[in-house]
Amino acid sequence: MAGVERPARQSPAFQPQPWRDRRMALILGNVLRAGVLLSAAVVLCGGCIYLSRHAHEPASYRVFRGEPSEFRTIRGVIRSAMNGRGRGLIQLGLLLLIATPIARVAFSVAGFAIERDRMYVGFTLIVLAILLYSLFGSSMGV
Amino acid sequence: MTVLEFTTVVAIVSFVAGLLGSLTGLGGGVVLVPLLTLLFHVDLRYAIGASLVSVIATSSGAAAAYVKEGFSNIRIGMFLEIATTLGALLGAFLATRIPTSILAVIFGAMLLYSAFLSRKPRPLDQRNLPPDPLATRLRMNGSFPDLVGPRSYNVQHVPAGFSLMFGAGALSGLLGIGSGAVKVLAMDQAMRIPFKVSTTTSNFMIGVTAAASAGVYLSRGYVDPGLAMPVMLGVLAGSFLGSRILVKAETKSLRLVFSLVILVLGLQMLYKGLWGKI
Repeated sequence: MAGVERPARQSPAFQPQPWRDRRMALILGNVLRAGVLLSAAVVLCGGCIYLSRHAHEPASYRVFRGEPSEFRTIRGVIRSAMNGRGRGLIQLGLLLLIATPIARVAFSVAGFAIERDRMYVGFTLIVLAILLYSLFGSSMGV
Repeated sequence: MTVLEFTTVVAIVSFVAGLLGSLTGLGGGVVLVPLLTLLFHVDLRYAIGASLVSVIATSSGAAAAYVKEGFSNIRIGMFLEIATTLGALLGAFLATRIPTSILAVIFGAMLLYSAFLSRKPRPLDQRNLPPDPLATRLRMNGSFPDLVGPRSYNVQHVPAGFSLMFGAGALSGLLGIGSGAVKVLAMDQAMRIPFKVSTTTSNFMIGVTAAASAGVYLSRGYVDPGLAMPVMLGVLAGSFLGSRILVKAETKSLRLVFSLVILVLGLQMLYKGLWGKI
């Protein structure tokens, strides 16, 4: 943890980033790691189920068909994962993975709000809105 | 090939790509899509969907380690993410409309540019630049721990950097890559951010950028679970191992080999795209 102590040495001539920024970054980093590990675990479980059932079928991705709706809408993925389907679980893990950076941005809104930095609360909300639109707005219609 | 064989081989290739990408700092995603399409004859759209997912995994996994070192600048990252996520949305929507042969040509050009950039000597950080009014108002200037103590920096040319970042996001959404090469152009060359700060901040941003286009890809049916599973797990494990042995390994010759691989893959993608073989 030597890196955490470093800012203490900063001379007043510099304009250091506020200490809270560093603390916030550390929390965000841990949120990201936890999300990735969780989603990798779910994908791995789904992968094992999928392989145990389909290991000897032929694999071909030469022709693009597009995924059925149970693998490309949030509702479909959750339903398919609840039914214990391997590929449904994999997609659920991938959804968790996509949600991880979104959670990081949501946490950043709170972080900037605590620092009373209205400008960056605004910027972060814009990013959050774009991400939520991508995940929900573009899949709702399908 | 059966599903089991395919999954095993793709997982191994993804593991090696993730390992080399992390050891050389050039990113694994950039070689994954050409390898999947050229070697395994995977449709370009499935390959891009799977690669995009692995980009989120490696970026988010590595960010935790980078953050501890105190180099990344959250404000620069968050401000530029407005540009990259908008660009990523645009790129993802374009990807569903552009024919795969043109996508392959763009991808090939991107690979050639990455190979070129990886051989170019890194420009020296310019010190003691005057504060830029816009960057000051956006509170982007900061400092980071250097060898002799904290070093402060003043960010330059915010509008140019913002526009380039929009382009980087669009490429990321279009091709399913982290597009670190364009981000370096925007942050190092235009905004004059010190190298250590720009690489770690860029890594922090890649996951958010990729998440913006991944939602679109998933809902369009471009993310196949059977393919994305070995790719994501393989790349994640490879890059995790790479970050562990990074300090000990001699990366100079490795970097040369990897950039040659990127060059060859780029030429192949260009050829296949131009002659409509993809």
